[in-house]
Amino acid sequence: MQKKTVIAILLITLLASCSSPPGTWGWYVIDPTTKAGWNNITFLLSGFSATIQLSIIAAILSIIIGLIVVLPGLSENRWIRMPSRIYVEFIRAIPLLPMLFWVFYGLPVILKSMGINIPIDPFWGAILTLAISDSAFTAEIYRGGIQSIEKGQTEAAKTIGLNYFQTMRYVILPQALRRILPPLANQFIYIVKMSAFASVIGMQELTRRANEVNVSEYRPLEIYTLLIFEYLILVLIISSGIRWLERKLGADQRK
Amino acid sequence: MSKKTLAVEFKSVDKWFDDFQVLKDINLEVSVGEKIVICGPSGSGKSTLVRCINSLESHQSGVIKVSGDEVSSKSKKDNKTLTEVGMVFQQFNLFPHLTVKENLILGPMKALGLSRKDAEERATTLLKRVKIPEQVDKYPSQLSGGQQQRVAIARALCMEPNIMLFDEPTSALDPEMIAEVLDVIIDLANEGITMIVVTHEMGFAKKAADRMIFMDEGMIVETGAPEDFFKNPKTDRCKLFLDQILQH
Ligand SMILES: Nc1ncnc2c1ncn2[C@@H]1O[C@H](COP(=O)(O)OP(=O)(O)OP(=O)(O)O)[C@@H](O)[C@H]1O
Ligand SMILES: [Mg+2]
Repeated sequence: MQKKTVIAILLITLLASCSSPPGTWGWYVIDPTTKAGWNNITFLLSGFSATIQLSIIAAILSIIIGLIVVLPGLSENRWIRMPSRIYVEFIRAIPLLPMLFWVFYGLPVILKSMGINIPIDPFWGAILTLAISDSAFTAEIYRGGIQSIEKGQTEAAKTIGLNYFQTMRYVILPQALRRILPPLANQFIYIVKMSAFASVIGMQELTRRANEVNVSEYRPLEIYTLLIFEYLILVLIISSGIRWLERKLGADQRK
Repeated sequence: MSKKTLAVEFKSVDKWFDDFQVLKDINLEVSVGEKIVICGPSGSGKSTLVRCINSLESHQSGVIKVSGDEVSSKSKKDNKTLTEVGMVFQQFNLFPHLTVKENLILGPMKALGLSRKDAEERATTLLKRVKIPEQVDKYPSQLSGGQQQRVAIARALCMEPNIMLFDEPTSALDPEMIAEVLDVIIDLANEGITMIVVTHEMGFAKKAADRMIFMDEGMIVETGAPEDFFKNPKTDRCKLFLDQILQH
């Protein structure tokens, strides 16, 4: 569909919602020139901090877990490969929200029964869930990138005496990285969007704050419109970063 | 040691890919310093035989020894002997993200534990030997095929191997570059290193080989000194094969 068509449809929907009497726009709710509006808007925007923190820490963890998961998954031995496959298939199959509930409400019970008394707060509960859920995709991205490197590279590395880890470190990963980074960065957009689920366990991020203001003001149209634009801006910034990265990687592909 | 150690020894080696037998009862003794040239039709198992020597392929039965040490048919680990076998591939297999110098020093530094300085010294010497010292800071993609293959030879030599394996080192090259690579290999042959070369370059074979091996359908069908081998092949299959390639 054409971009213009999409925008037209969105505008018509918005305008239509203005015409019906109880649903008229009421931007006063986030009007920065009034005190109440200013308070609301600063409260809503301050959710960025938690959303960004959640996303970045979860992404870093996911990158690490993904690497740990993928390495045995590349083995020629199917018994070594198996746990990695099972992890990916299993984690990939679980919707984020049930996993979040399981980690936040269920995991502490298990930990307690094992005598470990670590409370899981909303922040770390959300990060853990996002990281684990995303790591299955990260692992697959790594696998695709690594397997796209010709077999001859591994063989050549072997003939000059490099062991498995040296081969990965000096020969395969540096080449695979160029193919891994762009999809990995795309995956970061997924994490940012999924972090909205953290609102249901009480994490004070963008979505949670929008919900809270909405409860007291009852202005869903304006507040959720703003919320959507908050995510849009975040994602646009990330995707311009990805394009910069792709240009940079493309530029020194063949020196 | 009283008994002379062989560089490479195959005793009744069989290898299968699933239920397809690629190597059939291979027996072969290569003495230290000997130059062997292997030829034979496509699919006859030449690459597989060579790749069994440095464990790029594993065999299912029989014994393969390199410098007297058995190459395990199962585990691919603890093959210390392997760094004494160098290999040059048809497709060069240089590391495209590293410069020529970095390609050369990687093995000596990481696998042999040489200092960067010593490794670089080695690299410089060897690049002179393969006659491209000026290409040291280029990336493989900036070199011609012939130059790339010479870098690959230098990279293998940097590990100071006792045995060099070549699997069709000139088949991927444009005709005008074949000579420059063969010249380097002939120089090397004159220096006493053990060499096993799979090639269809019969001119090269006549110059460099001590012994010819003809393979067909996974078997060593015929073997002999180059003079006999080319003049009076004993088997029809070998004769037919030689007629075909010498026509070109
Ligand atoms: N990884 C593999 N899996 C299954 N079959 C294989 C594999 N590698 C080689 N083969 C088969 O084994 C046979 C011998 O292969 P090999 O590469 O050793 O032949 P070759 O003599 O080197 O031929 P060429 O002159 O084409 O290089 C061929 O029939 C080939 O199809
Ligand atoms: Mg071959």
